[in-house]
Amino acid sequence: MPSTKDLRDRIKSVSNTAKVTGAMQLIAASKMTRAQNMVREGRPYAERILEVLGDLAALAAKEDDELVVDLLRIRPVHKTLVVLVTPDRGLAGALVGNLQRAAGRFIQDTEGEVSVIGVGRKGERFITRAGEDLLAAFSVTDRPRLDDTVTISRMLIDEYAAERVDRVVLIYATFITTVVQQVTTQQLLPVEPPERGEGDVAKLQQLDYIYEPSVTEVLASLAPRYIETQVYHGILEAIASEHSARMIAMKNATDNANEIVEDLTLDLNKARQESITAELLDIVGGVAALEG
Amino acid sequence: MATFQLDIVSAERHVSSDQVEVLVAPGIDGEMAILPSHAPLLTILKPGEIRVVKDGQDSFIAVSGGFMEVMGNRTVILADSAERAEEIDEARAQAAFDKAEERMTSRDTDVDFERAVQQLARARTRLQVARRRRPMAPTPPTG
Repeated sequence: MPSTKDLRDRIKSVSNTAKVTGAMQLIAASKMTRAQNMVREGRPYAERILEVLGDLAALAAKEDDELVVDLLRIRPVHKTLVVLVTPDRGLAGALVGNLQRAAGRFIQDTEGEVSVIGVGRKGERFITRAGEDLLAAFSVTDRPRLDDTVTISRMLIDEYAAERVDRVVLIYATFITTVVQQVTTQQLLPVEPPERGEGDVAKLQQLDYIYEPSVTEVLASLAPRYIETQVYHGILEAIASEHSARMIAMKNATDNANEIVEDLTLDLNKARQESITAELLDIVGGVAALEG
Repeated sequence: MATFQLDIVSAERHVSSDQVEVLVAPGIDGEMAILPSHAPLLTILKPGEIRVVKDGQDSFIAVSGGFMEVMGNRTVILADSAERAEEIDEARAQAAFDKAEERMTSRDTDVDFERAVQQLARARTRLQVARRRRPMAPTPPTG
């Protein structure tokens, strides 16, 4: 049986831990809300650019196959580039492990060479440790601006345009709900525009849009923007996921710590009562001996 | 007066959404004015100033390039970045402009010239737009 002093020390230490994890939970919750708002604010742009891209690609393909711009052209895949978006720090439950496992499996299942660009330190370290080829590593803040992620997207486009890689894939966690984050693997390059049926194309042709300067030039200018938007959004989703995973992990930690405090408090009370009972017995016994 | 729906969005945020009478935007082949019932159009935008007329009142927005799609009575501007005149802090825009100018003229070989040119163009537009809302600023001839 531990002494009452030991129990008091442990209760103090566990409740300090609970305070720390409780604070981390609140911080993660506020960061999560902010990241979610950022995702929501950017959604109209992302949705519209995808639609326009689909229309233009269908039109360009219909008019002349030669018109298809380079970023949309499919070529045999010899080398794949993976962009792995992970948190910088741990204490986020199973999230980091899930991402690493998904990345590992993807690399294993991919035929041909694979290079990785790490966004976030956890992924970077995982790739180095696994002995895979790390092409570059980036770190982004909790509140990235589009400009902060453009460096990454430009690099992807350059690598692809120079034919150093034939395919670019983004692996990140999508925010589904506060408790569910889903690891997503999304192809960035070559750009896969949304499918358009014959009827849609006919309707577009009938509308007779004026394109300035021309369909191909607009498409060529739109495609890199689309990549930039996708990378930016992937990173925002990843940030929202990271903070929601951390919030839940910290909530569990806080709950567990509080439970331990309750148990320890019970033990402490028992120990205190026992020592009082023992002392009483001593006194009663002593008095009885004197009177005897 | 007839109006049409104008939405200005950027990758970072929803900038504005409104019923407007006239829109003047910096198209790649020159400035273009959009009125209600304009023919369907999709164009690349240059960095520059967007002028919007609503209830006979002008308002200004700085864009750093993007796309504009006109379809029936709805126009969407997909801006690389966009700021309304009242959102721009003129002193800071001036500081950014001075800095961009300094970078341009510096002989430092580390400076990416093309980027510096872009930054300067962007800073100039923002400054110009910020000055638009000052009541004493001379208003350029419209129309």
